[in-house]
Amino acid sequence: METIVGMTAIAIGIMIGLAAVGAAIGIGLLGGRFLEGTARQPEMANTLQGKMFLMAGLIDAIPIIGVGIALYLLFASGLVDPVALKELLG
Amino acid sequence: MAANGEALTSGGYIKHHLTNLTFGQHSDGSWGIAHSAKEAAEMGFWSFHVDSMFWSIGLAFIMFFVFRKIAKGFSIENPSKIQLFVETLFEFADTSAKEGFQFKNLWIAPLALTIFCWVFLMNLMDLIPVDWIPELFIFLGVDYMKIVPSTDINIALGLALAIFIMIVYYSLKEKSPIGFFKELAMHPFSAKEFGVSNTGVQLVINLFILYPLNLVLETVSLLAKPVSLGLRLFGNMYAGELIFILIALMFSQLFTMTASGFMMGVAGGALQLVWAIFHILVITLQAYIFMMLTIVYLNQAHEHGDH
Repeated sequence: METIVGMTAIAIGIMIGLAAVGAAIGIGLLGGRFLEGTARQPEMANTLQGKMFLMAGLIDAIPIIGVGIALYLLFASGLVDPVALKELLG
Repeated sequence: MAANGEALTSGGYIKHHLTNLTFGQHSDGSWGIAHSAKEAAEMGFWSFHVDSMFWSIGLAFIMFFVFRKIAKGFSIENPSKIQLFVETLFEFADTSAKEGFQFKNLWIAPLALTIFCWVFLMNLMDLIPVDWIPELFIFLGVDYMKIVPSTDINIALGLALAIFIMIVYYSLKEKSPIGFFKELAMHPFSAKEFGVSNTGVQLVINLFILYPLNLVLETVSLLAKPVSLGLRLFGNMYAGELIFILIALMFSQLFTMTASGFMMGVAGGALQLVWAIFHILVITLQAYIFMMLTIVYLNQAHEHGDH
């Protein structure tokens, strides 16, 4: 019973950590490319910015889904607090 | 905060703010409102999240009537401010639809406008301070009230399912069922590209190895579209709402009637404000992305294959 709680806690940590790393690298690269693009052609700054926000949303889509599932596991699934887990296991 | 005897622990506070007001069949067969999350879970499939439905359908009606009133009282000579705002929204959705969608279909631009405004309105509910409305409803005797419909996975996936039905419908209609199946089966691999020259051998390889593989790959990517569309909206809003709850939780325990306690309360409020301001960007961005992807997916559905 304790292993389930322990394993779930570790899983949540890994999920949120990897999601953060993925999203950070993705958006870091995106931001860099965006600045290069505007430096090369300042008049394109506006359209590029629109596209950048669209891509930023798409990039952290999958990580945020991971974070959403991790938070579900943490709060709503009852796998983390021993009392609810006892009920779940019956 | 204790809705019905739940101890006011941090877990209880979080659990309270995350459970929906569900209407369904109790274990003893009578229909009614679930009084606890466990009871709601026992209601099984036929249980309705009354609060999500109420807020989402209510917002849809508000949006519908505002647009209808503006459309009715449309005047070019002295346009009212609301009319100008609705016009900018209209043009925004219209241009995005025109850019992303190259075929003739009268449904797409209004669909884009509806999706953008409705999802944005549903997300906007997240900016209302997290305790106000649930507290008010507890005062009125209603145990649970989750006011942000898009943090309810059923609403997010329901929207995505509707879009998926439209994708499949237009694919079958525009590409004809055979064309649609051909597109699923023939992409992305075909023996010709692998340099197999003899047509007989090509046919065998295609039919027995490549086409089933293509089918699996293509159907997975087809199903991934609505799932990622819905889960993206749900994930962003669920995480956003949860962070509001956690900030409230973190600072409310430190809030005592002393000077330092009061300072903690102010600090908590400031952090909530900072997160709310950032969340404004997330709200509009998620609505915009939901709209843009719907347009792009429907555009793909309309494309006639080159076969």
